[in-house]
This record gives sequence, C-alpha cells and structure tokens, in this order.
Amino acid sequence: MQKEIKLRNFHEAKWDEPIVCELSVPGQRGILIPPAEKGIQNEIGDIEKVIPASLKRKKAPNLPEIAQPQVLRHYLRLSQETMGQEIVADIGLGTCTMKYSPKINEQFVRNSKFADLHPLQDDETTQGILEIIYKAEQCLKAISGMDAFSFQPGGGGQAVFSNASVLKAYHTARGEGEQRNEIITTILSHPVNAASPATKGFKVITLMPDPKTGCPSVEALKSVVSEHTAGLFITNPEDTGIFNSQIKEMVDIVHSVGGLCIADQADYNGLFGICRARDAGFDMCHFNLHKSFSSPHGCMGPCCGAQGVKEELAQYLPKPRVKFDGEKYYWDYDGKTSIGKVRKFYGVVATVLRAYAWIMAMGAEGLREVADTAIINNNYLMKKMLTNVKGISAPWQEGEFRMEQVRYSWEKCKEDTGVGTEDIERRAGDYGLQSYFLSHHPWLIAEPMTPEPTEAYSKADLDEYAAIFEKISEEAYSDPELVKNAPYKTAISKVSHPGIDDPNDLIVSWRVYKKKKGLK
Amino acid sequence: MKKIGLIINPIAGMGGRVGLKGTDGADTLQKAISLGAKAEAENKTVKALLALQEAAPENSFIIYTCSGKMGEYACQKAGISPIIVYHPDAMTGAQDTKNAVEEMQKRNMDCLVFAGGDGTARNICQAVGDQALVLGIPAGVKIHSAVFATKPTNAGKLLAAFCQNKTAEKESEVMDIDEDAFRNGQVSARLYGYLRIIYAPNLVQSLKSGGVFNNKEANFGIADYMIDHMEKDVYYLIGAGTTTRAIMERLRLPYTLLGVDIVQNKKLICQDANEKEILEMIDNKPFKIVVSVIGGQGYIFGRGNQQFSPVVLQKAGKENIQIIATLDKLVALQGKPLLLDTGDSVTDKLLAGFYQVLSGYDEHYVYQAVYE
Amino acid sequence: MEKKKIVYPYIPNSVEHVKKEMLDEIGVESVEDIIHKIPDDLRVKGLLDLPEPKLSEIEIKMYMEGLLKKNISCSEYTNFLGAGCYNHYVPAVCDEINSRSEFLTAYCGDAYTDHGKSQAIFEFTSLMSELVDMDVVALATYDGSQAVSTSLSMAHRITGRNEFLVPETMNPELLAHFANYTENYASIVKVAYDKKTGKMDLTDLQKKISDKTAAVFVENPSYLGFLQDDAEEIGKIAHAAGALFVVNVDPLSLGSLESPANYGADIVCGDMQCFGIHMGYGSGLTGFIASHQKPEYIMNFPQHLYGLYENEKGEFAFMRSLNDRTSYGTREKANEYLGTNSGLWAITVAVYLSLMGPQGLKELCDNVMYKCQYAMKKLSQIKGVTILFPDNANFKEFVVNFDGCGKKVAKINKKLLENKIFGGKDLSKEFPELGESALYCVTELTSKDDIDRLAKKLAEILA
Repeated sequence: MQKEIKLRNFHEAKWDEPIVCELSVPGQRGILIPPAEKGIQNEIGDIEKVIPASLKRKKAPNLPEIAQPQVLRHYLRLSQETMGQEIVADIGLGTCTMKYSPKINEQFVRNSKFADLHPLQDDETTQGILEIIYKAEQCLKAISGMDAFSFQPGGGGQAVFSNASVLKAYHTARGEGEQRNEIITTILSHPVNAASPATKGFKVITLMPDPKTGCPSVEALKSVVSEHTAGLFITNPEDTGIFNSQIKEMVDIVHSVGGLCIADQADYNGLFGICRARDAGFDMCHFNLHKSFSSPHGCMGPCCGAQGVKEELAQYLPKPRVKFDGEKYYWDYDGKTSIGKVRKFYGVVATVLRAYAWIMAMGAEGLREVADTAIINNNYLMKKMLTNVKGISAPWQEGEFRMEQVRYSWEKCKEDTGVGTEDIERRAGDYGLQSYFLSHHPWLIAEPMTPEPTEAYSKADLDEYAAIFEKISEEAYSDPELVKNAPYKTAISKVSHPGIDDPNDLIVSWRVYKKKKGLK
Repeated sequence: MKKIGLIINPIAGMGGRVGLKGTDGADTLQKAISLGAKAEAENKTVKALLALQEAAPENSFIIYTCSGKMGEYACQKAGISPIIVYHPDAMTGAQDTKNAVEEMQKRNMDCLVFAGGDGTARNICQAVGDQALVLGIPAGVKIHSAVFATKPTNAGKLLAAFCQNKTAEKESEVMDIDEDAFRNGQVSARLYGYLRIIYAPNLVQSLKSGGVFNNKEANFGIADYMIDHMEKDVYYLIGAGTTTRAIMERLRLPYTLLGVDIVQNKKLICQDANEKEILEMIDNKPFKIVVSVIGGQGYIFGRGNQQFSPVVLQKAGKENIQIIATLDKLVALQGKPLLLDTGDSVTDKLLAGFYQVLSGYDEHYVYQAVYE
Repeated sequence: MEKKKIVYPYIPNSVEHVKKEMLDEIGVESVEDIIHKIPDDLRVKGLLDLPEPKLSEIEIKMYMEGLLKKNISCSEYTNFLGAGCYNHYVPAVCDEINSRSEFLTAYCGDAYTDHGKSQAIFEFTSLMSELVDMDVVALATYDGSQAVSTSLSMAHRITGRNEFLVPETMNPELLAHFANYTENYASIVKVAYDKKTGKMDLTDLQKKISDKTAAVFVENPSYLGFLQDDAEEIGKIAHAAGALFVVNVDPLSLGSLESPANYGADIVCGDMQCFGIHMGYGSGLTGFIASHQKPEYIMNFPQHLYGLYENEKGEFAFMRSLNDRTSYGTREKANEYLGTNSGLWAITVAVYLSLMGPQGLKELCDNVMYKCQYAMKKLSQIKGVTILFPDNANFKEFVVNFDGCGKKVAKINKKLLENKIFGGKDLSKEFPELGESALYCVTELTSKDDIDRLAKKLAEILA
C-alpha cells in the first residue's frame, strides 16, 4: 500500500531585503585595516606623495559603509532567500546533475594546507596537491578510457572550447588547419558544443533529431561529412535521456573522412562504469567535475571541466601538466605543440580535490552504484509522472526507458488549460521545490521540463516530487489562474513582464536604477 | 483604446460539415445550404469575442463591424455593442468582404479581425495588402494559411493581449488551394501573398532562451550570409517568400514577392522570371536556386513557385539548391520533413535527401526533404 | 563467504529492499533490463580499474589530510609570490557567507526560488560598478585572463577590426590565453616599453597604431608592477585612431588609484581574487568586465547580465537579460560561448566590498603601497641587487634583478626556501632581456619584519 503523501505547507524566507547600497551609514566600518608599520611610514614618508598625480583617485568609490553585523545579516538573509540544492530535493535541474556535495570535502578545500597555497610555489612545497591532481587524472583515465587529462578549463564550456582548440591544433599540425573548418553537432547537445567551436572560428553544422527516435540520424550525418569536417561534438545521451545506440556508427563515419569525435560528458551520471567514451571511439571528452563528480555548483561556479584526450592528442593539451618521475610530482611546462593557456595557472584545483575525494570515497563499485541508482531513480520518477500526472508526456520513443533524465512536455496541459511549463515551474516553488530546467534553446519539445533525479534523492523524495506535480496539474485543470499567477510563497511574487529588448532599458547596477528613477 | 475591425464571412465553414471542401463560388454555397449547412463562422466568432472580453481590461477596445451576419449578431451574442460601419445585402459574397475592409480602412482600425478560411484570407489580402495589421479567426474548411489563430478562443486571448500592447507582429503566408482540384481529391495549396498579423511571442521562453524573437533580423542574417558567399558570375535564382525577399532588400534590388528574381554579380538580371526566361537565361551557365520553406507545411517546391519546373530543377541538381529558413520555422515543423511536390516523380526523387538549411548568418541545420 | 552489499551514505536508495521496491514499480528485474539496448561492444566489462575506496568518512579524512599535510602553505612560510594570484587577507565574513549551504550549492535556479542569489549577484555588479565608476558590469568570468580575452574580443566586434596593440611587458599568461582565444582572426602587435620606466613607449605606439587597430590594451598596474601614469595619453592615441582603449586593472588598487574609466578606458577588466577569496592554488581567480551604458557595448558582452525588474507589488526581481547575446540564447550565433563561470566568487566579492567600504579600501591600498615602496628601497640597498624601473611608483609588485651578483634566480629561490621564504617569481624565461630577474610581491599580510628578514637573507645568500 502506498502511503499517502502529505504536501508541505511551505514558505520560503521573505525578507524584503534592501539593496546593500541602501544600508550605508556614513562613517560605519565593516572591517579595519592596520596602517603600515611606523618604521615603514617613517622611511617612505607621505604615501600620497608617492602616488602619481595623474593616477590619484579623485572621488572615492561610492561603496556603502556598513558595520560588520549588518553586512553579515544582510547576506545571511539573502542566503535564506536562496533555495540552493541542499535544503531542497533539487531534482528539477536536469543536465546539471544536482547531487550531494560531501561536507567533508568542503573541509579539505578550506584547509589552510590548500586554501593558502600560492600556485607558483616551488613544487617541493606542494607535493600533496600535485599528488592529488596526478592521481585524479589516473582515476579519470580509468573512468573514460582516455589517455591524458587537463584540469585547466574552469568549466564545461571552457572544456569544450579547449577541446575545440586541441582539434584545431591537431588539424593544423597535419597541414589541414585551413581545410577542416567545419564541425558538426546536434541541436540537443548543450549550446556550448556549437558556440565554443564557433568562438574558435569553426563553421557549425547542426543535426536535428529524427522525429521518431529523438536521436540524430546517421543518414543526416553521412550527408554532411566531408574533407572539410574537423570534428563531431556530441552528447550521449542527450537531454532527453535517450541513449543513442548508433553512436559508434556515427563516430566511425566522422573518422572515415578524417575528423575527430568529441564527447560532451558534462553530465556523466548515468554512465559510470557502464559506458566509456573511448570505447565508442571518441578521441576527446570532458567531464564537469562540479556535476557528476559531486563538487558543489557555487551559484554557477567556480568549477572544472576536466578535458580528456587520447594519447596522440595529449601533446596539444593546455600547459603545464603534472608529471611524476617516480619520486616527485612536478609541473611540466614543456610542450611546444600545446595550445597554451585556457585559464591562468592550473584551473580550479579545489574542484579537482573534491572530485578526487569523492571518487576515492566511492570506488569502482560505488561509481557503478551511482549510475545504477541514477537510472533507477529516473525511470521510477518517469513512471510516477506519466501515470499520475495529467497533461504531461515524454515525447520520442514513448514507452521506452531512459537513462538519467527525461525531457517531459506539458503541451497537453497547456492546450487543455492554458497553463504552461513556466507557470508550473513557478508554482512548484510554492511547494518548496527548486525551479526546474526547461530546455535549452530552441524548444523542440513544446512546454518542456527536464528533471534529473540523481542518486542523492531518496524514494520518499521522488514520491513527494511526483505528488507535487500531480497536485499542480490538478490545480491547472481546476483553477488555472491559481497556477498562472504563482508563486505565492517564494521570496518574491510573480513578475508579469520580465525581459527587455532594448539594451538602453537594462538596469544592471544600482547606480543605473537610481539614475533612471532620478534618485540621489 | 484599440479600434478592432471585425468581418465575418458568414458562409465560411459551411461546406465542411456537409462534405464539401470549401464554399468558394455561388453554386457550391447553394449546394451546401441545401445539404443543411449551418453558420459556423458566427459561432466561432462569438467564442473568440467571449474570450476577448474575459481577458481584456475594461474599455481597452471598441469593435467596428458590419450589420447582421457579418458581425453584428456575433457581437450581440457576446454582449458587445459594436459600431456598425457597413451594411451588406442579405446574400453576402467576396465583394462584401472587400467593401467592409474599405470602410474599416477609412476609420483607421488598429487591427482587422476576420472569421473565415483561406478564401477569406485571400480576399482580405487583396484588399489590404500590408497596409493593416490583421488576425484570422479560423472558421473555414480550408485553413492552410498561417494568418489564423490556432483556435477561436486563442484568437480572443491574442486580441486581449494586443489591447494591452503585449503582442508583436510578423508577416505570414496566405495560402489557398485550387478548390476544383481539391474537390477532385488533389491537394495543391499555393502561396498567394502575405499578411501582417499579430502574434504573441512567448515572453517567458524568450526570457530564458533569448530575447523576443526577431524574425526580420534572422532573415537579414540569412541574406547577409548568402550575399557574402555569392560566387562570381553564378546566376542566383531567388524564389518566392519573405525570407528570400530579405536577400533582395539587402542588395537594394527590386523584388517579386511571389515570383523568381535572377541575380548575377549582385545585380538584378531578370525580375519575376518565368520558366522559359529562366531556361534561356541560364542556358548552360552555372546557377543556384535559393528557396524558402513555405508556411507551416514545409513545402520547398511545388507550392507557388512553379517557375522552378522539373526541367529547371533537374538542370540545377540537389547540390545547387540552397534552402533558407529561420530556426523558428524549422522548429515549427515539429520534426516533419521538408516536402517536394514538383509534379514530376523523377525530379522529386532526384531532389530528396538531406539539405543544409541556412537559418541565420553562418548557421546551418541539416534537414531532410521528402516527396509523397 | 558472500560479499556484503555496501550501503553508501551518499546514496539513499542503495539499500537493497528500497531498490527492489522501485524496480518492481518500474516493472523490471534489474538495471540491466533498463539499459539492455546499449550495444554490448560499448559496455564496460567488469568494474572500472580504480584504487580501493576509503568508504568511511574517517578513512577519507585521514587519507586526504595525509596528502594535504605534504603541502607547505603561505601561512607557514613567508610569501613574496604574486604574478596574478595574491595572498591578501580574507575577512572571516567572506568565508562565512560563501560556506553557506544555500550559496555554495545553488546553481541556475530562477529569480523566484533563488531570489537571494540573484540579488547578491546584482549587488556584486552594483558594487563593482561603483568601484570602477562604470554603469555596466557582467557576471564574473572564469578568471582575469578570460576577462582580458573577452574584453578584447568585444573591441573586435565593436570596431570590426582585428589588430590589437598590447604592451611588451604584458602578463605572458594573459597573452597566451588571448592568443589561443582569438587565434582564428587576431593579429597581436607588441608595443615596445621604455627601458628605464617600463612604461609603454608612446612613439612606438604612434608608429604601430592604424585604422586596423581594434584596441590598445594596457595593464595598470602593469604585470611587472610599475604604474602607467600616462595612461590617459595612451587612451587619447587609441581613440584618435578609432580604436578602443581597454585597461586591465588590479581592482584592489582602485581604493586610492583612479579608475581607468576616468582616464578614458572604454572597457575595464581584471581579476578579483584579491577581494576576499583564498588563493587555493589558483582556484580563487575570478574576472570582471565593465563598460559604460552604451548599447553597442552591452550587446557585445557574452556573459549573463542580471537586470533589475519590478513587479506589481514593488518587489525587485533580478533576471538574466538580453539573452540573445549569449550562447544559451542563440548557440553558435552568440557573441562567444558561455558556460558556468565563477558565481560564488562574485558573491564573495560583494561581501568583501560591503565590508571594506571606501575607507577600508583606501587604507588597504595605502598599506600595500607603503610596503611595496619600502621593500623596493630595502632590497635595492643589497649589494648585487638592482630594482628595475626604479623611477616609477609601484603598487604591490616590483622586479628585482640579480645580474649584479651573477647568481641565478632559481638558485636564490632555493636558498630562500631553505629559510622558509617563497621568493619572487622567476622571470628569466618569460623576459630573458631582463636577465636574472624575479617579480616580488607584498601585501597587507607582509610585515616589516618579513621584508627585513628577506633583505637580510638575500644579503647572506648573495654575499
């Protein structure tokens, strides 16, 4: 017997908190700074005379003056008006792999033995962190089948960019840099798979999904590969959670014309220990260590896109790379063929550190358990959603199982009631749910919703999640205005006309707001 | 306050229920009435007006319409008192639609709403061209044109949004089929022109996935890419439509919205060319065909561009055909393939397959074209 | 003996009976029934080849801390390294706020559920815009090098030109990033520097600037520490040629130094790690870009712009705006690619600037500048040591040359390390023409004693 699920009578903190600039009380201090020692001052004289007149700041910056408790309180209140991931069951943000970020790992990165390391210290004094980076690389090699990793990219987009840079370097080295100017991607791959290569100057050709399978068609790919093909940037499974079982065939087609294949494995959660990019023939891949590998997302970064390549391409990776001579770990700055830098120093090592600790806490069996549970959770939730929730569907390959996520459609609900996915998303906030991911642009599936119930969520979490949408759907059918005017219980109420078309209307800072309103 | 002109084609839709395909022509209409057809258009208009009243703020609009079946009755049923500007005879026809439009035009409507089908849309298109903002309430048997709301209540909601300045406008295709052919079981809709219609860009979607979609800008992106990549001495046969028109506009050349213009070295060689002129012009010289996707159905050949005859198309070959369409247009096909109907099965077969559709400046989407 | 199934603390449904219940609900026997369509040749056979796990928190803590213990940090040794990552003081409130679970773990939740996050981001842009004295600041970039590359790419898009004039003294890491980022179109021209002052040679600039120049770029303070006090003149030269003037700044210096916006910069960028973020071996970097409120600039930012909107109740909402600029809105048509950057650091910067206020920042600048001048003076008194570009004021970094004593920087730094001192960054590879030189850095955390001890030890080592 199914227990009846009691929905929460939730309300988010609502502080009506002013903008920090409004808290200013002239003269107040948040922190004091000691003056330079007397001995120094005596030696140097008046510092004002040292500053070149042309560079002396004429008007002090108009920053607020606020005492410390009030600064703390202000930001604590803002934190309370943020759902984040840990307080709620953040099942909604598909493609983002919102999972538990172990607290113990947070202690490691906040340990002074890491936090206070300068990146240019002598390798002798950083053997611990170098060993961690080196061993993390060995783990990722085993997980992906690739031969070398760089942790320099500071996020998934930057990792795709770095892969595009390696791709370019590879073809250039073979004398085909000019000729191979096209990359192929799919519309359901993350937008950076089109945008990062485009930033690098590649022409982008995009495959649409086959209307029956939801996967890119092999025939379409065949029609566009040529001597101009530099590479294929593709995700599998795409946001639909449908595994593309023709992936190897697609890789072979691209290889047959001399192109390389790059797997976007930002979200790898359903594949740990099940499939490896290299085994499908991919030449490069990347993992978002802040997604599948548990490092926290931090309000959109800092993070790490670990970039993996096969042996032949290792020479092009950003430099430096950690090497081990049998006794000591060291940074190797050699590499004339390296693409150079994509980020200063070595990337967000804190994220690598956390990911390594997570891998070491899970082990091979544990990683497989992650994938298995992610898959079970997802298919369990899909069953509940499609059975119990009116007006929702999962287009493409209906009736088939999915991997770690599903792109649902509220099209039927919208047709029946006028209540669309954005309304439902806002309403979900009233039940204590973090907003959910709809879809990247464009919406191939109408009124989309893409949740991803990672291994961190319990059966009870999933039951509650489905029950909330069952309830919201009922509301949509019985009282559509209720849903359309939501939310009522989040930190702020509905904004009727969000969005601007004219950059002149942009208010991106308090000083612009004041100017527009004629405030002092 | 918005001035909304309302014109109902009272006989629209009457053929459908009694198994006739459309009511164009007096004979067909008589047949329909004798078969027991009822006034569908008025009922649908009432639905739209009720939805409008419900969603629009008070005193945000005023309706101008015609007497009797052409609008007055529908307004009364919806509890709206309109201003009557035209009095048709008892038995209305296409001329009444045109007359009514004329009266409305004199009074500077903010928007012209009509209830009818493709035939009515054509009449409106002839009468107003691009001089008025319009919206169709779908009430006819034939709805191939892209100028109609998806259903009557949605038309009402859209108008309510219009009253609050929450809508945008775009040019949409007026399509119609040859009714004789249709009654004989052949579907052959063709492009008759364009109307400026009101539509509601999905505000929240645009917030998440980009600003309010700007069709014009996307068309110019496509045009600029085409122009930047035009090869020397090659003839470019620019087909019908607003997407292709942008190329001519960017080149500052005169154009034919519903015809084929030939450009070489960025100069106009022949305006509104027919098949014979095309064949004479290209002879055995290199040329490319540039076509857009027509409406929501996805036709690229065989709908309003008969100048691209099988002979012309076979000479060109698949590799010299460039299809252009905004991403929104492709997405609106909902996965349905592009369609070929050249009237010659050999040509259709020759041209079927995958195309790289140009959908913006240097944006290429792979899309399949099939024949039926 | 049958192996006992592990129950993982991070995986609630790893309990067998729960899993069974869920599989029953799905209508399958096992996960294999769900994934059977994956071709066999793509499947991993057996388990991944990974080390034995440290399953308990106790074990993982001991293991990881065992590794971390091998490090020696800047709180143990005296640090004189800078060069783009700085050992500034991190106020406790900064750590308190960025450790908050809500901020630490939030991602891209929307304006309603993550209102606080969105407001904090708006406050970040608001405070930075006051500091830089410009109206528009975008959400933080990956780091300062991305900020430079994107700023210069913006200049390319705004002017339609492809050539960039950069100082020969430019931070090689920034240059390497920029070179890779714009490899497909940019032509980078280095402008010579005055050997005495280090400053950009304006005659050479005049010679090289043309109607092809998209932007003239300077770092102020420069990578090598000196101040470009005639920056205004450079801006005028740039503008006269129709080029933009882009300035990379140490934002901390703006407590007492003029904002580049007020000496003609069109785009100002930099790295904000100095604002309340631990170095974390380079993890703490985060970049900013600012411009005036001009449409052509706004529309060329590739990052999220958090705009303010008011609802009917008069509440503020903060939402990503004009998204067609970004690759989330228009994929390959976007200005540049955009992904997850460094939001948590943006919020930390907001906290830091709220704490510091104008007074705190001014005092901090004075402190740092005092120490810098003192260290330069002190070291210059050592035999065999020369301070390069001495006729110039420096902010917190300066170049120490050891040619006079015939010793290599690498050797000297090894000796300093034995004395628990991290000597300055070795410049001999990056700038061979400067000979055996090192880039030294001081901050408010460097005491007079530290500087005196460095001088003493250097004197001993060089003797």
